[in-house]
Amino acid sequence: MADYDIEKLIQLGAQVVERARRAGADVAEAAVSEGAHLSVKVRMGEAELVEEAGSKSLGLRVMRGQQVAVTYTSDLTESGLKRFIEDALELAHLSQPDPFAGPPDTALLSKAADHPNLELYDPKVDEIDAARAIDMAKRAEAAALKVDSRLTNSEGATVSRQAGASALVTSGGFQGGVRGTYASIAVHPVADDVDGKKRSGYYWSARRFADAIQSPEEVGLEAGRRTIAKLGSRKIDTQEVAVIFDPDSARSIIGLLAGCINGGAIWRKGSYLIEREGQQVASSLVTIVDDPLIPRGPGSRPFDGEGLASRRNSIVDQGVLKTFVLDTYSAKKLKKQSTGNASRGSSGGVGPSTTNFILQPGQHTPEQILADTDRALYVTDMMGFGFNAVTGDFSRGASGFWIERGQRAFPVSEVTISLNLDEMLKRIDRIGNDLDFRTSVCSPTIRISGMTVAGK
Amino acid sequence: MSSTSRYHAPFGPAGSAPVDADIARRLLSAALAHGGDYADLFYEYNAAGSYALEEGILKSAGRSIAMGVGVRVMKGDATGYAYVQELTPEAMLRAAKTAAQIAAGSPVQSPQAFEVPSTTPRYDAQALSLDLSGESKRDLLQRADRAARAADPRVIRVEASLHEELREILLATSSGKLAHDRQPMIRFSVRVIAEDGGKRQSGSSGGGGRMSLEYFDDRSPEWHAKEAVRHALAMLDARDCPAGDMEVVLAPGDSGILLHEAVGHGLEADFNRKGTSNYTNKIGERVASDLCTVVDDATLMNSRGTICVDDEGNTPEKAVLIEGGVLSGYMHDQHSAKHYGTKPTGNGRRESFQSHPMPRMTNTLLLAGPHSPDEIIRSVKKGIYARKFGGGQVDISNGDFVFSLTESYLIEDGKITAPLKGVNLIGNGPDVMCKVSMLGNDLETSDGIWTCGKDGQSVPVGVGCPTIKIASMTVGGTQLG
Repeated sequence: MADYDIEKLIQLGAQVVERARRAGADVAEAAVSEGAHLSVKVRMGEAELVEEAGSKSLGLRVMRGQQVAVTYTSDLTESGLKRFIEDALELAHLSQPDPFAGPPDTALLSKAADHPNLELYDPKVDEIDAARAIDMAKRAEAAALKVDSRLTNSEGATVSRQAGASALVTSGGFQGGVRGTYASIAVHPVADDVDGKKRSGYYWSARRFADAIQSPEEVGLEAGRRTIAKLGSRKIDTQEVAVIFDPDSARSIIGLLAGCINGGAIWRKGSYLIEREGQQVASSLVTIVDDPLIPRGPGSRPFDGEGLASRRNSIVDQGVLKTFVLDTYSAKKLKKQSTGNASRGSSGGVGPSTTNFILQPGQHTPEQILADTDRALYVTDMMGFGFNAVTGDFSRGASGFWIERGQRAFPVSEVTISLNLDEMLKRIDRIGNDLDFRTSVCSPTIRISGMTVAGK
Repeated sequence: MSSTSRYHAPFGPAGSAPVDADIARRLLSAALAHGGDYADLFYEYNAAGSYALEEGILKSAGRSIAMGVGVRVMKGDATGYAYVQELTPEAMLRAAKTAAQIAAGSPVQSPQAFEVPSTTPRYDAQALSLDLSGESKRDLLQRADRAARAADPRVIRVEASLHEELREILLATSSGKLAHDRQPMIRFSVRVIAEDGGKRQSGSSGGGGRMSLEYFDDRSPEWHAKEAVRHALAMLDARDCPAGDMEVVLAPGDSGILLHEAVGHGLEADFNRKGTSNYTNKIGERVASDLCTVVDDATLMNSRGTICVDDEGNTPEKAVLIEGGVLSGYMHDQHSAKHYGTKPTGNGRRESFQSHPMPRMTNTLLLAGPHSPDEIIRSVKKGIYARKFGGGQVDISNGDFVFSLTESYLIEDGKITAPLKGVNLIGNGPDVMCKVSMLGNDLETSDGIWTCGKDGQSVPVGVGCPTIKIASMTVGGTQLG
């Protein structure tokens, strides 16, 4: 188990900032990260892959006047660091002055003493060793294959854990760091269907804390059930029909919205939501928040990528768009204030991003939503990249179940679902209470009153 | 080999701390200290530059340097893998010892001698774009910007970017191979937004490959700028696309992602070895119309998917996957080749030293057929003509795949008519390939833009296809009837 010393990372960051300033940078911001991971895969009861490693890297953003450059290195030798800083200054001569470039106002920077402890690190996760991970994976896969005799094969069960720390030091005076852990277990069983086709399914659980992850047996059982449920999947006729998305598919839809309210997409006119603040962008059932302050949240963080305090932002309130997510640059472009949503990429660049982006749960259980639905396509998986953020046009492959009189009638595959996202969000007429918090973009079950399904 | 470049892997032959046979032997011994059938050391150095121009300004210039070594030990079907970024003797030894734990037996000897596999040069890593001046690259982006703005007054935004890279690898294996390669890459892209009467649409064009800036002698920044503008303007009038099964004609080149998804992944031998692909045990069976011959070809000069040696030290060839519609072979890494009792095909690739290899595609092509593109379009009563593509995905267990269209048109009575909003096409691999009813004589390969993802690892690939007609595929439009 490693001991992530945030002070040491901050010291390294401070040295880099100091050296960059001496080399001629007016602004220098260093992001330091360090981490370790373990990943094991078991297949048909045997360990197939055991992978273990550590990493450490630096990202630097400098400005010479309003000329910006970013560098990244994992070569932390003296010659590597020297090169890394020289490159940044050399490139800052090449880039051209950008009138909107600049660090955040120092008055807005948060102080380390004010950073909340969001409980992002669990030493128990860090303690999971290869032997224990293999045991978990074996148990999960075995539980899946036991569900039905037609489950004769498997792509495997994977158990992974990551632990790490990162720090940000800026010439504007910010210093801060955070440690975090993450562990996951996933099982992919495969069943034989008729005419030589196979059906693969999966289920997974992931959390920052070891005791919050579902047991291997539970994960395996659910993976086995979902795979068997796909046997006999068929294509349905082309039609306009209600579509229910399970939480895992629904979050994919909400994730598309996250990209469209991103300040970077808005000022670039690369989103269908430009100039829609204060207007209806979804049904009045829809309330979405971006909240980095949720303890143990997958997307939580104590400060943003520019050192501003993390804050909860109301994005959509009963269907009305309240704000975009902004960093300093996009805020300047849009003549607004940063919403504390800056994110620093590993390469050193900065841009806005969401944190925990959550469609607030509604009153109904998913069972009630189904029972309440006469005919629909219930989507559990989607495939493909068909989304145009500029227009909102959406079209993706889908599979799931046909719902008839509130019941699952038979499994469906090889169809597409299409509708403009603007219209989709306005047609959300049921929201479940089953918020799935395994990922940073999260949603409960949702029902959309009508979409075009293309099949036969 | 050039020593005038500023970019050399420290561990490479021209580097400051070269890894020689002695070092390799010592590390392989440590890796095989508990036994094992095989071990290898994969050193990788990656130097990359990126430049982004928007609003007429080079807003950001960036450079990154990453390097490390991954040690792999195999025992039966099990792999132990460990990697480190520090290339000190202690760190490398630690990685070897960690990977060694996958085995639990007596030590195996490491090779006495190493042989360098002979390879055919397929790209030139002497004159790297990384060594050329930043001003020359900024100039290319500014040319694209000016040309895009001048092309039409409806253009309201232009973004141009250039990414360049050198990947240098050194591989030492317990089977006595010592392979080395320097792999250059550039990727250029222009994206514009056009606005007219309240409607906005984006258009893009991009290209590149394993070469330096001479790429732009054939495809200038102006060419890409005008193409991106043409695309955006064409889509401004896009109408809703019909939904349901239709005849589909795909333009040559990037349409090759059809193959990549419909058959490519399903023919990677690891899935077949495990029995999880819908092409398992189908060698010798008909899986496509007899017009179809599909190859995975790593030998195309300067192409994005081309490699001189794979990431296991094997020399890639042209692998024939489907011949006249009959399945003839899979793409193998070392492990699956051993399982099937055949020679490795040189398809063992990894994203970086941080990952273990698996069978991956290089350039996947459908070879030319007998028809002319015009007669193919004329043969369609009502269908879709697809010109630009946005990416795809496949479920290899049942063979269902999708890919998205970013520029397509209605075909009515043999003529290309109205532009259509972006949609996904979905189908089932063998089913769609058997419905290839006409195949053009105009094979084109993609212009260096595609990246393939599998199991969390991305690798650069190429695709190619002639004009192709599929008798019927499901089109994910919004218009019924």
